[in-house]
Formats: sequence, structure tokens, C-alpha cells
Amino acid sequence: MTSALLSAQNILVKRSGRTLIHDVSLDLQAGQITTLIGPNGAGKSTLVRTLLGLQDANAGSIIKQTGLRIGYMPQKLNLEPTLPLTVQRFLDLGLGQHQLAPKLLTKLSKACRIEHLLTQPMQYLSGGETQRVLLLRALLNSPHLLILDEPVQGVDISGQVAMYELIVDIRDQLGCGILMISHDLHMVAAATDQVICLNQHVCCSGHPQQVSQDPAIIELFGVQGASALAVYNHQHNHHHDSHGTIIPGKHSEACHHD
Amino acid sequence: MIDILLWPWLGGMLIAATTGPLGAFVVWRRMAYFGDTLAHAALLGVALGWMLHINLTLAVVLFCLLLAILLSALMYQRIIATDTLLGILSHSSLAVGLVIISLFNDQPVDLMAMLFGDLLAIGSEDMLWISLSCAIVLAILAYYWQPLLNHTICPELAHVEGVNTNFMRTLLFVLIAMVIAIAMKIVGILLITSLLIIPAASARRLATTPEQMAMWAALLGCFAATGGMALSWIYDTPAGPSVVVIASAVFFILYLAPTKGRR
Repeated sequence: MTSALLSAQNILVKRSGRTLIHDVSLDLQAGQITTLIGPNGAGKSTLVRTLLGLQDANAGSIIKQTGLRIGYMPQKLNLEPTLPLTVQRFLDLGLGQHQLAPKLLTKLSKACRIEHLLTQPMQYLSGGETQRVLLLRALLNSPHLLILDEPVQGVDISGQVAMYELIVDIRDQLGCGILMISHDLHMVAAATDQVICLNQHVCCSGHPQQVSQDPAIIELFGVQGASALAVYNHQHNHHHDSHGTIIPGKHSEACHHD
Repeated sequence: MIDILLWPWLGGMLIAATTGPLGAFVVWRRMAYFGDTLAHAALLGVALGWMLHINLTLAVVLFCLLLAILLSALMYQRIIATDTLLGILSHSSLAVGLVIISLFNDQPVDLMAMLFGDLLAIGSEDMLWISLSCAIVLAILAYYWQPLLNHTICPELAHVEGVNTNFMRTLLFVLIAMVIAIAMKIVGILLITSLLIIPAASARRLATTPEQMAMWAALLGCFAATGGMALSWIYDTPAGPSVVVIASAVFFILYLAPTKGRR
């Protein structure tokens, strides 16, 4: 894989003397879904904001393919109630020069299930509805790379499954690369080609199945959490004792945190 | 009566038509306190203008612009909480301005006119300034309407979509500074923010799109300017406060009136 859409090398971000992330390198490829997982405060949002250029890196380089169009779905929208804005208008404001073909747009808005919401004020939407509107807006300019900051925040469980299915569907339709942040190991496995586990640095990365057995991730998430990554593949090829604790194996290779 | 009232009325209408749409942004972005700070700083601008013997309007405009750019940078740095920063700058500049003016009290200073405005004193030369500035502000606002709106809705999203967010934020600050420097003539330093906030807040009740809100804010502002001047003419009340009284009355009426199932 030579031509990554976006390639980050040894990113270091500090804020007021505190290191938020360090030595983070990653490649994002077209047609691939990459999920960023990690505990709270691991620097997931910091990394995404840095990749988007919303925050400067103190060291490292970010190389983007020339003419790369990024669609961004923020974690949430803090819209003032004083701003009268319908869903339709909000979407129209995102239209740029590289609009999706009308057919594809219709198809995707159907998939996002927001047609009945178009005349509603943005402030009236539920969490899940807002997320779907934000997702559609991120798609409007046929992005090469889609960056989703916790796309299922405020969405109920059944909605989350549908959301991840939708994201896979979007990848297939647009052929774009996708980077998303998720807290939830249970949900992302089925919808991910590459998992990057971040805890200020990249603890481990790879295919979800592979990562689920990585000692580093087990240390971070515990056995239950880590094995959830593999649940969707139904291949429990590691061993648990009766309490669900994994039999250590090569635990010594796990990365250590101070 | 026509010649006395024509310029003040036209001037008031023009300013209200400008503060309306701009005020919508102030309301959407919760910048009321920012407006107050710039307004109070305008008094310091006046004082400095006096000290340096330059045109007072020019001094106010320049000083407000300078402060707006400075604030834009400071607020971005987030060294201290924005409202604390604004509170410090707002009141310290008001205080320093008052002190300087008192030190120069050998010159004729109409402090009341500064603080509460002197709408009826607007002459044809002021009108030139007012119409020029209002035209510029409205033209810039119209030209950058979409990116400004996107920046207001979500700065991060706007940035990723290619909007220069630093420019937009500073631009808005500068526009507000310009309008405040001009509107000072009408309602005075202490009441300027009301011309930005009240018509826009009232307009929220009547609008379903951002553009409608801007239009209604302009219209309601013009109505308040006209009504306030009428009030002032008939009952001999101070013009600036009268305009604000009418604007507030409109606000309360609109908010107390039952809505037809929309907001």
C-alpha cells in the first residue's frame, strides 16, 4: 500500500507542558475503515483534531494526498436555540463544489433516514437523528476520507448497530476511507478493517481479531472488553479460566504505562 | 420639524438596519458581553482621541477595531475565561476613559451624550459617516454570510469544510466594533448592546430561517428607532433611551403573545 489517503508520522501533541499523544503514526487507505479505540483521556479526539488541522502537532508530519477532501462528523453540535435552522438548511450550508451525484445523494439520504426530518428545526432532533444528519452533511461533498468522532454517541443500542451498518454501506458506496473514534469495542468489530488502540501512543493496531488477542489491549480493556472485538467473528481461540481471566501467555510483551 | 428630525431619523434607521442582522450573530454566538466591552472601551477611545487631538469618531473606530482584534487573539488563547477577560477590559476601559475625561475637563465634554447618545444631534456630515460605514458593514456581512453562518453553527466543521475560521471570527469582531463606534452617536455607550441584542432576540419569535431573523431584526430595529424618536419628540424624553424602550416593549409583546405552534 503506497498511496495512503493520509499518512501521519510520529505525531506529538503537547498542551501546557503535558504530553497528550506521542509517537503516533498511522496510514489511512481508501476503502478501509479504521477505528480508533482507547480509554478516556487516551488522546483519541486530540489525534483526530490534529489530523483535521484543528490543532497543531508539536512534532511529526501529516501527509495528505493532494486534493484530498475530508468529510468530518463532529462529536456533537452545540446549536444555540436562538438560531432558527431547519435540517434542510443545515445540509444546504454544507454544499460545496464537489457535490455528490443526485442519485447517490438520494440513496444516501434514504439510508440515513432523515427525509421526514428535513423541515424540522435542528434543535428538535434526538441524539440519533442529529448524528445521522451530521453524517449526511459529512458526505455531501463526496469526501475521499470520512472522519467520524464518536458517531454513535447518544444513540441507543439498536440504533448503534444500524449506524455501523450504515457506515459500512457508505464506505461501499463511496469507496472512501473512514476513520472513526469509538468507545465501544462490542460494536465496532464487525465494521472495521483496522483497529488502532490508542493510549497516548499506539498500543497496538491491526485487524480486530488480531488486536483482540493483543496483551496490550487486554491490559487496557480487560478480557471481557478485548474479547468483545472477536465476538462478531465467533472465534474464541484464546483461553479463559472460569472467571473469564485470560491465561497470561505472552503478557510480558504488553506495553507498560507509568 | 422635518429638517430637525430628518437626519436623526434617517441615521437611526440606517444604524438599526445594520445592528439588526449583525445583532443576530451576536445573539447566536452569545456575544452580548463582548458588545458591552467594546462599547465601554469606546469611551476610552473618545478620551484618547481628545488627548491626541484627532477626530473623535475616527479615534473611537480605530480604538474599537484595535481592541476587537486584540480580543479575538486573546479569546483564542484561552488564557483566562472569556467572561472574566471581558469583564476586566470592559470596566477598566470605562473607568480609565472616565478618569482621562475628567482630567481634561477644561474642554467641553458632554459626558451624558457619550453615555446615553444624542440622536437629535446627527447632522448631514454625520450622515455621510453613518451611511458609508453601514453600507460597508452590510456589504461585508452579505458577502460572507454563508461562511459566517457556518462558523457560527460549528467552527470545527466550518474549518474542515475550508472556511478560514480565524478570519471569520476576527471579521465578525471587527464588524461589531465598527457598528458600535457608529451607533454610539445614537444610543450612547451604555445602551449600544441593546440595539444589537433586543431587535434580534425579538426577531427570533418571527423567523424560521437565519435570513428571516436578520431581516426581522432590521425591521424591528427601524420600527424602534422611529417609535423612539416619536416618543422623544412628543414627550420630550431622551432619544436614545426612548428607542431602547420601544425595542424592549416590542420584545416583551412578541414573547408574551401566543405563538402559532412554532418557535
